[in-house]
Amino acid sequence: MDFVRNFPFICIMLAMVSGPVSSVLSGKKAGRLSMLVVSVCGILSAVTLVYTLQLTEPFVYTMGRFPAPFGNEIRAGVFEALMATFFCLIMVLSLIGGLKYLKTDVPDEKKNLYFIMINLLLASLLSLIYTNDMFTGYVFVEINTISACGLIMIRGWGRNILAATKYMVMSLLGSGLVLVSISILYGITGHLLMSNIHTAVAELVASKNHIEPLIIAVGLFSVGIAIKSALFPFHAWLPDAYSYSTCSSSAILSSLVSKGYILFLMKFIYRVIGSDVFKMTGADDVLFLFGIAAMLVGSIDAIQQTDISRMIAFSSIAQIGYIYMGFGLGVEAGMVASAFHILAHASAKSMLFVSANGLSEVSGGSMNYRDLRGSGIRNRSAGIGFVVGSLSMVGIPLFAGFTSKVYFAKAALGATTSKEIVTLIALAISTILNAMYFIRMTLSVYTPRMNEHYEDRDFRPGFTYRFSMFVFIIIVLVLGILSNPIFDWISRGLSQFS
Amino acid sequence: MSKIRKNYDTSFRTRFRRYILGETELPEVDYMPMYKKQIAEEKAEDERATEHYLMPPEVDPMEDAKRYAELSGMRWFRRLYGVMALLLCVAISGLLIYNVAFMPEFGSADTAMTNEVTERYIEKGQEETGVVNTVTGVILQYRGFDTFGETHVLFLATIAVMILLKRRKDEEPVRMDGENPGGDRILRTMAHFMVPLIFLFGLYILVNGHLSPGGGFSGGAVLGAGLILYSASFGFTATARFFNERIYDIVKVGSLMLYSLLIIYYLFTGANGIDSIVPLGKAGAIISSGLILPINILVGFEVACTMYAFFALFRKGGL
Repeated sequence: MDFVRNFPFICIMLAMVSGPVSSVLSGKKAGRLSMLVVSVCGILSAVTLVYTLQLTEPFVYTMGRFPAPFGNEIRAGVFEALMATFFCLIMVLSLIGGLKYLKTDVPDEKKNLYFIMINLLLASLLSLIYTNDMFTGYVFVEINTISACGLIMIRGWGRNILAATKYMVMSLLGSGLVLVSISILYGITGHLLMSNIHTAVAELVASKNHIEPLIIAVGLFSVGIAIKSALFPFHAWLPDAYSYSTCSSSAILSSLVSKGYILFLMKFIYRVIGSDVFKMTGADDVLFLFGIAAMLVGSIDAIQQTDISRMIAFSSIAQIGYIYMGFGLGVEAGMVASAFHILAHASAKSMLFVSANGLSEVSGGSMNYRDLRGSGIRNRSAGIGFVVGSLSMVGIPLFAGFTSKVYFAKAALGATTSKEIVTLIALAISTILNAMYFIRMTLSVYTPRMNEHYEDRDFRPGFTYRFSMFVFIIIVLVLGILSNPIFDWISRGLSQFS
Repeated sequence: MSKIRKNYDTSFRTRFRRYILGETELPEVDYMPMYKKQIAEEKAEDERATEHYLMPPEVDPMEDAKRYAELSGMRWFRRLYGVMALLLCVAISGLLIYNVAFMPEFGSADTAMTNEVTERYIEKGQEETGVVNTVTGVILQYRGFDTFGETHVLFLATIAVMILLKRRKDEEPVRMDGENPGGDRILRTMAHFMVPLIFLFGLYILVNGHLSPGGGFSGGAVLGAGLILYSASFGFTATARFFNERIYDIVKVGSLMLYSLLIIYYLFTGANGIDSIVPLGKAGAIISSGLILPINILVGFEVACTMYAFFALFRKGGL
C-alpha cells in the first residue's frame, strides 16, 4: 500500500490530537500549533489530491484491524481530497486574517481554548469529508456543533451568548433529526456503512418494502441538515451568530461549518440513498423550492441592513439557497454546480468577513455603513478585498461567483421545464438584488465623508492581514478564470461517488 | 440603509420578520454600532470594565424590550407561536408514530438488523478482540474510531463550558456562599463512608469493562460522581489537596494523549496490515484483550474529569 493512503488518516489524527495538547499550552503557542496543524493538513490533503487524480477509483482506508461493514473506514476520492485541501486553505487564511482582532476580542486566558475549538473543528470537517460511515458522520457532526458554539461565544458579550444559545438550540434540533433518520435507516437496512446501505436501499425500493420509513428517513435527514446549514425557513440563528462573533469565527463559520454539513448531505444523496431514490421521495423538489425562496428572501433581508457584517451574514442565507437550489434541480450538473458554488461562496464570504473587520477597524470599530464611509480609502487592502468579494458575490465575469452562476444556469437547462424557467428567473432577480446591496455598500465604502481629516490615512494593515487578503483574491480569481480543471475534478469526484 | 427607516420599522412585515428572527427580546439593532463606538472609547480608559458590556447604561434593556413588545403588538405573535408550536409537535409526533407502523418488528429474528455484521460480532467477537463483554469489543475495537470521536465530544463539552463560565483569577466567585459548598454533618458523615466505596466501585467497573457490563464511560461516570460527592460535602479546599487544576490538567490531557497514542497505533497498524505486538491474552482474565483494558481506564479518567469539571465550573467558575 502506498504511504500516501495514510494521509487522510494522519490529517484527522493530527487535528484531533492537537486539541488536547493546546489545552495545556499558552494562547500564543496554541495559536501557532493550530496554524501549523491546519497548514500541514492542507499540504497533506493537496498531496492526497494529486495522488487520487492518478487513480481511477477512490481508495478505502480501513480504520483498524477489521474491514468495512464490521469496523470503520474512510474513503478518499478526488472530490474528498479537493474539498479537504480547500477547507484547510480557507481556514488558515481566515485565521491569519483575523489574528489581530483575535488579540483584542478574546481574553488572554481563553485564547488557547479558542484554538482547541479550531483544531477539533478541522478534525470534524475532515472526518465529515472523508467518512464512509453514517454513524462516524454523526459523531463528527456533534463535534462540529459544539466547536461552532465555542467559536460564537468566545467573545463573551451578551449578544454572543444569545447567538450561541440560539445556534445551539437550532443545531441540536437538527442533530436530533439526523440521528433519528440514521436510526430509521439502520432499522430498515441493518447497516451503517454508506455503500452497504446503498445496496440495501436499492433492494428495498425494488421489492417495495419499507418505503414509508425510507421516505421519512430521507425527509428527516434533509430537514436536519437544512436546519444546521441555515436553509431559508430555519435561518433565524444565522445573522446573530455570524455577525457578532470575532473576525476569524465569522469567516470560518460562514464558509466552512455550514458547508461541512452540506457535504454530508451530498454524500447522503449520492452514496447512501442514491440520487434516483432521492428524486423518488420528492425531497429534491422541496429543497428546490426552499432554495429558491432563500435566494430571494436572504437578499431582500440583506438590503435592509445598516450593519455591514449583518448584511454579509444575510447574504449567506441567499448563497446557501443557491446550493440547495442546485441539489433540487435533480440533474448531475446541478450537483456539480452546487459543489463548485461551495468553493466560490466559501472563498468570497470568508474574504468579505475579514475585509469588513478591516474596514470597521479604521472606522472606530463601528460596523454601521454611515461610519464606514471612506474606509476603503483609509484601509486599502481591506477595501480591495471587499470590492473583489462583492463582485464575486454579485456575479461579475472573471470572479468565482460568475462561474458558479453560469454553471447553475447551464445545469438548469438540463432540468425539467418548470424548474428551468424558475431557476433562470430566480438567478436573474437574485443577481440584481445582490448587486443592490453589495454595490451600494462598495460605493459607500469608497465615498469619503465630507470634511474628512484623514487622520488615519497612514494606517497600514499588518503583513499577515495583507497576505491573507492577497491569497483570498488570488483564490477568487483562480476559481473565476481557471475554473475548468476544478470543475472537471468535481464532476470526476462526484461520478466516483455512486 | 434607508433614510426612511422609521416607516418600515413599524410595518407588519418588519415586525413579523423581527419576531421570526428573535430580535424582539432586545432593543433595536441600531444600538449595536452606538455601543460598539462607546466600547472603543471606553476601552482606552478602562479596558477591563467594558469587556462584558452589553447595553448602553442609560437604557434598561428589560424595560426597553417590554415597551417594544407592548408597542409592536407582540402578544398576538406570541399566542400564534404557542398554537403553531403545538401543531408542529403533534404533526411530528404523528409522523414518527406513523413511521413505527412500517418499521420491521422489534426483536423478531428475520429483520434486516440480523445480518452478517451482528453475527460476526457475536460469534467471533471473543476470538478476535479477546473480550467477554461483546459491547466493549464493538465500541473499542471494531468501531474504535467512533468512540475516539465520542470521547473528544466530552472533552470539547468541558472546553465549551470553560469558555462560558471560567472566571479570571482576580474575579469574584459567582456564588454568594463563596467557593466552598458547606456540607452539613449528616452529609459529611455519610460521604465519609460512601466515597471510598463509590471510588472502589468505579474502579471495579473500569477494569472489568472487557469482562462484564460496564467500561470506561460508565465507570468514569461513577468515579466522577464520587469526586462530586466528596467536594460537595467536604468543600473545594479539601478536594484541592488531591485534585486541583494542575492535577486535573495532567490527568485529563495525559489520559487523552495516551488514548490517542494507543488508538493511533491500533488504527495505523490495522490499516497497514502490520501485526500488532500487543497479545490478546486469555479471554476472561483481568489482564487480557490487548489494548481494551488500558483504553477503558483512560476513557474512565477522561469521563470522571469531565463530570467533575462541569460541577466545579458551574459551582465556582473554575477548577
